[in-house]
Amino acid sequence: MDMILGHYNYWLVIIIMMAGFYTVISRGNLIKKIVGLNIFQVSVFLLYISIGNVKDGAVPIIEKGVTLYSNPLPHVLILTAIVVGVATTALGLALVVRIKEAYGSIEEDDIHNQDQSL
Amino acid sequence: MIDNIVDITLLSLLAIQAIAIIRMRSLFAVIMLFSGFSLLSAGLFVVMDAADVAFTEAAVGAGISTVLMLATLALTYAPTEIDKKEKRSTHKPWLPLAVVVITGALLIYGTWDIPAFGNPDAPAQQHVTSYYLEKSLPETGVPNVVTAVLASYRGFDTLGEVAVIFTAGIAVLLLIGGRRREKPRLEKNGDKREA
Amino acid sequence: MVTSVKHNLILRVVSKFLIPLIFLFALYVQFHGDFGPGGGFQAGVIFSAAIILYALVFGIDSAKQVIPPYVLRLLASLGVLIYASTGVATLLLGGNYLEYGVLASSQVAGQHLGILLIELGVGITVMSVMLIMFFAFAERGRPEMDS
Repeated sequence: MDMILGHYNYWLVIIIMMAGFYTVISRGNLIKKIVGLNIFQVSVFLLYISIGNVKDGAVPIIEKGVTLYSNPLPHVLILTAIVVGVATTALGLALVVRIKEAYGSIEEDDIHNQDQSL
Repeated sequence: MIDNIVDITLLSLLAIQAIAIIRMRSLFAVIMLFSGFSLLSAGLFVVMDAADVAFTEAAVGAGISTVLMLATLALTYAPTEIDKKEKRSTHKPWLPLAVVVITGALLIYGTWDIPAFGNPDAPAQQHVTSYYLEKSLPETGVPNVVTAVLASYRGFDTLGEVAVIFTAGIAVLLLIGGRRREKPRLEKNGDKREA
Repeated sequence: MVTSVKHNLILRVVSKFLIPLIFLFALYVQFHGDFGPGGGFQAGVIFSAAIILYALVFGIDSAKQVIPPYVLRLLASLGVLIYASTGVATLLLGGNYLEYGVLASSQVAGQHLGILLIELGVGITVMSVMLIMFFAFAERGRPEMDS
């Protein structure tokens, strides 16, 4: 019971991560793949932040009279990761637009049929 | 106890939304569900005491990402299609499902030894963290520890991050900066050319 | 392709009321990142959200008159330049690269000044890049005009 109470959120986050992973590898539509990649990224951020959480801790802004703070180091790493993630998403979407203009469709099967060298 | 219930509720809602995104075929609904997913995860970050991260995730995930995806949807499907749907897949899902289940099982086996959620004696809270929490206000004069670490103690990482976002902007300009050129159709003597 | 909805009265009036408030909030988040949640990234994204709202309601051409694209390209480079130049300035004043203590008379005042400058650089770059990407996506839908 202690094990479940201490680890339930890691397991739920792993379920979300696998849902995003499944969307990336099994669906053929390119926009849906990018949405799945974003879901995967958000679940990784959740995993990191929950590692840094401290029970009964406060937001890491120094104030008088507060002794226990949550760990600020994962927050810093995840802040950078979120911004890099949006850069990657925007670039992926620009590539989807160019693929549509070149092949006429954004379904993976149609693109494979048109381009035999893939 | 209340904290745990709020955590479980928010995480279950997120999991339900993720599974709904897999099953839905209408792309507009998928993008809207993703926007709600981002906002809910920002709420979860607030519950876990990460105020800066929640702010950034709400602004970037539910704001910019959704706008760019909707713009891509408008550019890749003709305006006459009312319902922009994904095509039905002809492949069987057994191989991806097996890969996903095996990876999930391995990851859950990996979390068996992680210290419990919220434990103040976990190794992640030792070493550098106590130094930052004690010394950031006397050394930098900034009460927000996350800003002090991001801008002062780890300033090089932030410089690299600004360079990354600048490069992404340049790359998007290179890819789709100009107006779309119309494909030339019939050339002389009637042979079609593809652009 | 982004078409404007400028004939819709409610949207026009409400957005005219809200857009200055969004700008003000973005400035608040930018300069109070030291004392509360916030900082350069969040402020840059909120700035760009205000201008995207303007472009959605009043049309892309009006938004391009507010901020022409060449100004955006300039501002994006300017932000990175401000960040890197702060480091070079600390080098010239005798410290290491990005050691803010040497910028002012005391260590703490120098840190304050350094953090303020680099957050400004970050905010300017993030705002311009988000707008560059939005304008690029919105302009692609219009076919090329023969001139």
